[in-house]
Amino acid sequence: MSAAAEAAFFGAKVMIVDSDLRLGGQLIKQTHKFFGSAFERAGTRGFVISDMLLDELKGYGDRVETYTNCTALGYYKDDGVVSCMEGEENYFKVLPKKILVATGAQERLIPFPNNDLPGVYGAGAVQTLMNVYGVVPGKRILMVGAGNIGLIVSYQLLQAGVEVAAIVEAMPRIGGYWVHAAKVRRLGVPILLEHSIKEALGKDVVEGAIIQQISPGCGFIGEEIHVDCDVICMAVGLNPTCELLWQAGCEMKYIPQLCGHVAIRDRSMRTTNPNVWVAGDAAGIEEASSAMVEGRIAGLSMAHELGYVEDKEYREKSALYWERLNALRNGEASAKIREGIAQVLMESSGGMER
Amino acid sequence: MSKSEGLYNSGVLPPEMYEKHEPPKELWESKKNGLVFVECPQRIPCNPCHTGCPTGAIKEFADINDTPQIDYEKCTGCAMCVAKCPGLACFVADLTYGGDEEALLKLPYEMLPLPNEGEEVECLNREGKVVSKGKVLKVVEPWKDKTKVVHVVVPKSFVMEIRAIRVVRSR
Repeated sequence: MSAAAEAAFFGAKVMIVDSDLRLGGQLIKQTHKFFGSAFERAGTRGFVISDMLLDELKGYGDRVETYTNCTALGYYKDDGVVSCMEGEENYFKVLPKKILVATGAQERLIPFPNNDLPGVYGAGAVQTLMNVYGVVPGKRILMVGAGNIGLIVSYQLLQAGVEVAAIVEAMPRIGGYWVHAAKVRRLGVPILLEHSIKEALGKDVVEGAIIQQISPGCGFIGEEIHVDCDVICMAVGLNPTCELLWQAGCEMKYIPQLCGHVAIRDRSMRTTNPNVWVAGDAAGIEEASSAMVEGRIAGLSMAHELGYVEDKEYREKSALYWERLNALRNGEASAKIREGIAQVLMESSGGMER
Repeated sequence: MSKSEGLYNSGVLPPEMYEKHEPPKELWESKKNGLVFVECPQRIPCNPCHTGCPTGAIKEFADINDTPQIDYEKCTGCAMCVAKCPGLACFVADLTYGGDEEALLKLPYEMLPLPNEGEEVECLNREGKVVSKGKVLKVVEPWKDKTKVVHVVVPKSFVMEIRAIRVVRSR
């Protein structure tokens, strides 16, 4: 949405294809206030940011065309055609001049006995149920993972009146922001560091879980602990969704710090396929604030490539966005991101200093 | 992992870090309406506490990742930051409120049900343990954005312990 708004601002015609029923991605589930600076609308709740972006897009009228419940199925490298499926009936093909892949991420799961029982959810599903559809997933939750998603979803569960039995975190410290952890701790939720789930209990549905301490070598040690719960919520990380990038022949690299395979890109977010850009979690798992700035950079660059932006304005605006992006990535929680980005950023592919 | 590390690494400020986060004692004891303290020890990219501060008491950030720096002389205890902070890490304590025994805490609150004015509530420490009862003076919504600030009268000795309240009603 950020990229579309940016490109449309300069006069480019944009077609947005999204598999969800409405635009907004993960923002529509984010009921907490965002971090960052005023530029990234810090202090504003995520779903409100989504509404603001929608309004911005509406302001461009016919220049932005939106297809929801529509999946980009494939990219055909030979002629650059993208095939799409809208709903279950309408199959069509598009030939865009430039493509941005902002497909986000997919949740990881970890293996343990009975992890296929009903009641074992990904954190994304819990957020969708609660915050999009107003359905509580259960009565008492065990949260697996104390990254920002695990911490924030725990807080949202408490707000919805659901009990959070505990958060288990395999590492010796929380992975998310300290203040997010403090918010749930003071409401009585224990965070068990160096602990993980060993087994889900129950015959037809989740009726409990066994958790246990883990050693630095990742073996289970100490006493098994029985947790009474009817939902086990997995918040153990994300992988970039990158199938379209592989299809487009983009040079890919496995970067553990960015949580999976990501496309090599230049500072304009352009990949090694000159017609394909990437932004957001699809370019490496990071905060939503950074994703939105990356989108702006990509949208700006695509509009520039299509001749809608003067070189001087392009350079100036791009420098401004990079300043903001670097500021967002400068904290102690972003050390990994900085290491990862350093490994995938290539010299300009020609788009920058023309 | 030491006990203090275990606390900090799971999101609880350990006692030896209290002092660093407390306002200067003399000013604090005499400042009507209270002073802010911000329990935000980690460098993260965030500055709404500064941009939302009407008096400039929370200083401008040189780097957005800096932790908040406070000019206590300028703080009026207005608690706008309490409601603004996305991490709910700002708190105000008015030590002038209730003589030797009591003090007034202004705490962020985003739960249901809302406490009523005059209602007795449970006061929780940083680990969610009930440490005392408190009496709600008022509930305000400074930014009209659903984050409330609860003014609660608590025993003075628990000012550096209590960080949340819980409404308890028998059905």
